[in-house]
Amino acid sequence: MIDQDVLERVLSRAVRTGAEFAEVYAEDRRGTSAGLDDGTVEQVNSGRDRGAGVRVVAGETTGFAYTSDLSEAGLLTAAEAAAAAARQGGDVIRTVALTDGPRRVVSPVDTQPDTVSTAAKVELLNRMNDAARSSGASIAQVSASYADGRKRFLVANTDGVLAHDEQCRINVRCQVVADGDSGMQTGFQSAGFTMGFEMFDTVDVEELARDAARQALTKLRARPAPSGTLPVVIHRGTGGVLFHEACGHGLEADLVSKGGSVYRDRRGQTVASPLITLVDDGTMSGQWGAIGYDDEGHPSQYNVLIQDGVLTDYMWDFLRARKEGRAQSGNGRRQSYQHLPMVRMTNTYVLNGPHDPDDIVADTDYGVFVAELGGGQVNTASGDFVFGMQEAYLIEGGRITEPLREGNLIGNGPQVLRDIDLLGNDFAMGRPGTCGKDGQGVPVGDGQPTLRVRALTIGGTAA
Amino acid sequence: MSDLLDIADRVVAMARPGEQLEAFVARGTETDVRVYAGEVEHFVSAQSQGIGIRVVRDGRTGFAYAGTLDDTVIAEVLADARQNVEFGTPDPYAGVAEPDGVPVTEVELWSDELAEFAVDAKIALAKELEQFVLAADSRVRVEDANYADGAAEAAVANTAGIRRYGRENGCYLVVSSLAEDRGEMQTGYGFSVGRRPAELSVAKAGGDAAERATRLLGATKPASRRTTVVLSPYVTAQFLAIIGSTLNGEAVSKGRSLFRDRLGDTVANPLVTLLDDPTNPLAYTATDVDGEGLAARAKPLIEAGVLRQFVHNAYSARRMGTASTANATRGGFKGTPGVGCLALQLQPGTGTQDELIAAVDDGVLIYEVSGLHSGVNPISGDFSTGASGVSITGGQLGAPVREFTLGSTLQRMLLDVVAVGGDVEWLPMSAAGVSLVIGDVTLSGS
Repeated sequence: MIDQDVLERVLSRAVRTGAEFAEVYAEDRRGTSAGLDDGTVEQVNSGRDRGAGVRVVAGETTGFAYTSDLSEAGLLTAAEAAAAAARQGGDVIRTVALTDGPRRVVSPVDTQPDTVSTAAKVELLNRMNDAARSSGASIAQVSASYADGRKRFLVANTDGVLAHDEQCRINVRCQVVADGDSGMQTGFQSAGFTMGFEMFDTVDVEELARDAARQALTKLRARPAPSGTLPVVIHRGTGGVLFHEACGHGLEADLVSKGGSVYRDRRGQTVASPLITLVDDGTMSGQWGAIGYDDEGHPSQYNVLIQDGVLTDYMWDFLRARKEGRAQSGNGRRQSYQHLPMVRMTNTYVLNGPHDPDDIVADTDYGVFVAELGGGQVNTASGDFVFGMQEAYLIEGGRITEPLREGNLIGNGPQVLRDIDLLGNDFAMGRPGTCGKDGQGVPVGDGQPTLRVRALTIGGTAA
Repeated sequence: MSDLLDIADRVVAMARPGEQLEAFVARGTETDVRVYAGEVEHFVSAQSQGIGIRVVRDGRTGFAYAGTLDDTVIAEVLADARQNVEFGTPDPYAGVAEPDGVPVTEVELWSDELAEFAVDAKIALAKELEQFVLAADSRVRVEDANYADGAAEAAVANTAGIRRYGRENGCYLVVSSLAEDRGEMQTGYGFSVGRRPAELSVAKAGGDAAERATRLLGATKPASRRTTVVLSPYVTAQFLAIIGSTLNGEAVSKGRSLFRDRLGDTVANPLVTLLDDPTNPLAYTATDVDGEGLAARAKPLIEAGVLRQFVHNAYSARRMGTASTANATRGGFKGTPGVGCLALQLQPGTGTQDELIAAVDDGVLIYEVSGLHSGVNPISGDFSTGASGVSITGGQLGAPVREFTLGSTLQRMLLDVVAVGGDVEWLPMSAAGVSLVIGDVTLSGS
């Protein structure tokens, strides 16, 4: 994308006013997407975007500028703008010698999506539409989408780091509306992986669409969710987002260092049920949050955050690690070349526990079984969170009984971690997610075995 | 007039016979200053641009974009869009917007004063904001204090004869705060938005951040019950944005709105009159044209509780056999136009928030809600959200409460409106705020 000697000259220019650190992040993105709605392939889109962001760090101040002009002149202009923003005096001559890091293939790609015909991509949409519509007479509407994206990037910095990575991601989504006497209900299912078009050798899009349809149809006979505090069993795969929100964000070193996390100063302490071992793993091949290098040129890692209930470490990016005089953890990520990196999760998941998932339900006299959690939101300072229950059922007498209408459940992160009293041995990863923080979205994965939380507040309308 | 419009014109001139073509060309600059502990933590200064091209032929639509205005790439983008056309399903309603003769209401969206605002003054404002919050209350800390501004210009032109260029700029202050007391931590925030730097208020942003961080300290979980809620203006604005999404003509035309068959019906309490008016310069999202280049216009959606109309872009209007209401939305050059309300406002009542509270015997004043995106389904109408606020007993505010949910349905909440306040607050979002009282909501707590 950019010659090594150009990168070295740009970095030298960026630190000429005396800054300690400079970095060039350059990326090239290509993507295709297609959407079907109301039986019609409404449009096929394709896009391309390339550019570079230059970051200059002087003392506690970071200057940042970006450009879509990858010529040496364009990069030098951005370097000077970033250096001016960081504003130091002096005229320092510092040469930078870059060492190209080893190529890391965490998620191999067999079939690049741009070698696949658009017709084959559109065909997936028609198959999803047909499968969902043939699931029942009450199916009123189906929308389906396909998107692929390839991000190629390089990072070079004044510490001599030069790293390249390429990430190819594909996802499909299907939303179904069912219409019945009680009004309309919706179902949703999606799949996404960091891999090539060979993803569809294992992902059955018709099965996925039928599952979305089944959800919508099931909810036509759903009753209002209870309101109040009850035991909640969360099905495998779908609850990883709970750990992402309720605990993961609070373990991001940028939040911790400003004191804005309930988990500050808690390393070495018990913060969760002894059943819980929580990991953030950028190396998990093929998963949605998998990366070879992070967006600061640090290799992805397997990081244990909580071991048997004890907080072992936070997640780190370059700036926060430098401040603490410790190593980065491969968690420096950014949405695009137009954004500054910060501490972000990759694939965050809970390892298997000892219990049989069937016993977990059988052991619950009255509660809620969440088959599919929706999105969530957390206040990292207080730990209070909310989650949508996209598909949920009542548990009565140790058996899953009636479906419930949608609602939120709420709780407090640190409290919920302690309240997990049963953990299954049936680990699964969940759906692909986009994690939003400070206005930036990055792809993340999560997962967990079936588990029970002793008590959560259900935000339904039934007494 | 503008090099962007020149580019759009050049692309439109490349249309082949039988081809409809639309070019959307945009450029933006931004400055973002973040201050922490008296130092500039980061300073971002940037410019970006790009083009999106939509091609419609034989009822099929193709689209492509690129993040550059380089001539060679633009030619490739047009070729990509043409290629993408091949794969769409023929749709008799597909097509670009047609001029409709509605004159543009000029809205002043550009400030030279802001365009020339000095960098040092931006940094000074952010530092002043941090200091203001720290001085307001000894229990309060600042996570970050920010000054940001942006300028955006865009041109849209199509083969039906639409040609528009516009530009706008704006600035804001925003601060995130933390308050700690006896081992408990709560967060707050404050902001101030303006089209000119002189409209920014450090005292407003800073005062709100200090007050919001401290007001929930010591909050407890309230008892579950059915009760009355007084939504603060910011919460009302979020609620209105969801109501607006159910009035989206595209969702309606595809049977995906709970109001699809309800035109002319009473869907809300007669106190409710809901307007979409992007020509009101007080609205943060005010604009003179929509995302397809039609003149923005005011329209009542709900009048005295009766559903009057949906909002449309050119496509959804054709589907429903009506005219565009100039509600095409556009999230930049990377996508095709969608449909959405542009600037919602609930017709205000008369009371202050205190007067509304005084009339409530048992209830909660809602400061904030969370999880709207996960707990509210605008298709089924199910409504469930996390909330925090302060309890109301006998018309008096009592103790702060948190970690509870509010449950109802969108349909019922509109009918259960008890009062609309007179305290309109213009917020940096697509709906204005006002205090709103809603009865018979399920509060789920302890």
